Amino acid sequence: MAAPTTTERPATPSTQDLAPARKGRVGASLLTVLAWIVGIGFFFPILWMVLTAFKQEADAYTTPPKLFFTPTLDQFRAVFDAGIGPYLLNSLFATVVSTILVLVLATPAAFAVSLRPVKKVQDVLFFFISTKMLPVVAAIVPIYVVVNDIGMLDNIWTLIVLYTAMNLPIAVWMMRSFFQEVPKELLEAASMDGASTARSLREVVLPVISPGMAATALICVIFAWNEFFFAVNLTAARAATVPVFLVGFITSEGLYFAKLCAAATLAALPVVIAGWIAQNKLVQGLSFGAVK
Amino acid sequence: MTVTAERPAELTPRRPDRGPGSRADGWVRRAPLLPALVFTIIVTQLPFLFTIYYSLQSWNLVRPGSRQFVGIDNYILVFTDSQFRQVALNTVLLTAGSVLFSLILGLLFALLLDRAFLGRGFIRTLLITPFLITPVAAALLWKTVLFDPTYGLINFVLSPFGVGATDWISTFPLTSVMVALVWQWTPFMMLLILAGLQSQPHDVLEAARVDGATSWGVFREVTIPHLRRFIELGIVLGAIYLINTFDAIYMMTQGGPGTASANLPFYIYQRAFLGFDIGQSAAMGVVVVVATIIVATFALRLIFRSFSGGEET
Repeated sequence: MAAPTTTERPATPSTQDLAPARKGRVGASLLTVLAWIVGIGFFFPILWMVLTAFKQEADAYTTPPKLFFTPTLDQFRAVFDAGIGPYLLNSLFATVVSTILVLVLATPAAFAVSLRPVKKVQDVLFFFISTKMLPVVAAIVPIYVVVNDIGMLDNIWTLIVLYTAMNLPIAVWMMRSFFQEVPKELLEAASMDGASTARSLREVVLPVISPGMAATALICVIFAWNEFFFAVNLTAARAATVPVFLVGFITSEGLYFAKLCAAATLAALPVVIAGWIAQNKLVQGLSFGAVK
Repeated sequence: MTVTAERPAELTPRRPDRGPGSRADGWVRRAPLLPALVFTIIVTQLPFLFTIYYSLQSWNLVRPGSRQFVGIDNYILVFTDSQFRQVALNTVLLTAGSVLFSLILGLLFALLLDRAFLGRGFIRTLLITPFLITPVAAALLWKTVLFDPTYGLINFVLSPFGVGATDWISTFPLTSVMVALVWQWTPFMMLLILAGLQSQPHDVLEAARVDGATSWGVFREVTIPHLRRFIELGIVLGAIYLINTFDAIYMMTQGGPGTASANLPFYIYQRAFLGFDIGQSAAMGVVVVVATIIVATFALRLIFRSFSGGEET
């Protein structure tokens, strides 16, 4: 596991014959090894979760814990038998539809606070971001009462509306920062050629911002998929999402590590992949575009 | 839009009918914004108005017909409720502790990653993963596989150091939750600080080295001041996200034992959905909002400052 650079020659303890460059190399190798240890150590709980998901229950309950075992898919099968399927579909539906709605609403809005700005841009941006800072717990009571009154409890569309509102401010800010990267000259050239706004948007702006749009979508996907508070309070048997399924799992299957790990792995896998793809834009999204 | 100021004087001061600055142009500019704005106002702002309205009523869902206007009684109850004070303190401890420790770890990790080495991208990918993983799944992982007194990985790792079968979650509920949160939030701080480290002006670093400054000297005199903005941003953003912590507490401790590990979101949830006390929980919600606005004011100032140019005063 050691980085190859350390294998060249063991560092001699005597410092006299070591040129400064050599000393720097040894230090660098040590830092590399440290980075690897820290990285793997920090990731280890997740690795362990995935490993445990492939164990038989008997292998999951051993002291000392078992690193080597015969892998099995039994636990995943058991999780599907326990009915994770509909929950996965609910999560998928809520995530995809809310993310599409967010992009449909946020892209024009971001355009209106960047390339072709309305007056009071600052106020609008301030408003959007301030909604992210108000704790959701303070809104859950009236939301519950209203949703209950209009008969929308345990309905996936309720979650879709709330997730759209939850992600919209982030998307507006993020998309704005991508719009701002569109070179002004490109737009001017397009309008001089007599292109209509719609056409210059489609042919000039869209290609420039589409990677940013993809990153925005992935971040919305992560937040919507992981959301738990609204899901647990507003849904039950029909519209519940994967995180809610995990809760049911811990109460009924509390003592089955391997099965729990299989369920947790299935729940986390989609967002982990989305996040790995979007990792370069992650900070930009989470800091509302303040950090690139 | 200052185009109107350049118009010839013979034009009436009235807005032009066409072109930039006209009323029609204003609406053309506003139109793309309105759907998002209206949607956000309806879904996120209206509930808060209702929260204020409900907070002035005595209203318990399990006692139909009990609903009546009681003025500020709920607020008096909130502030004389010793559990609420305990829970408010927990919220501050949990938020501040998680932010602080994840910031320190994040800084160290970022420094480790801020140099070219073999497998850097891979290690970075590993390090951000705890942040991506579904919080409910992460809490589940900590509660069972890691913190379990008998079969948990933590006790196994610590057993050479003479730590017996400690039941971490019952013994140190708030700290256990904090450990899971720090694990999840360190990657966020790391990414933020790493972005800061990599945006350092190279000429300044070079100049400092040429002038014979030591690595530590460069770090203290150049890097730390440059990172300040990113660290501040990490603190406020972390605080905003972490003050809403619910999933980890719900999964790991259910706020217990008693209210030992409950924070305000969890306590309000308990009051509303287990106690059905709409008036009380609404009043607590308002109190939390007011407290958050105080924190958020700093946050917003900071984010806007971060936007208005790189190296501001």
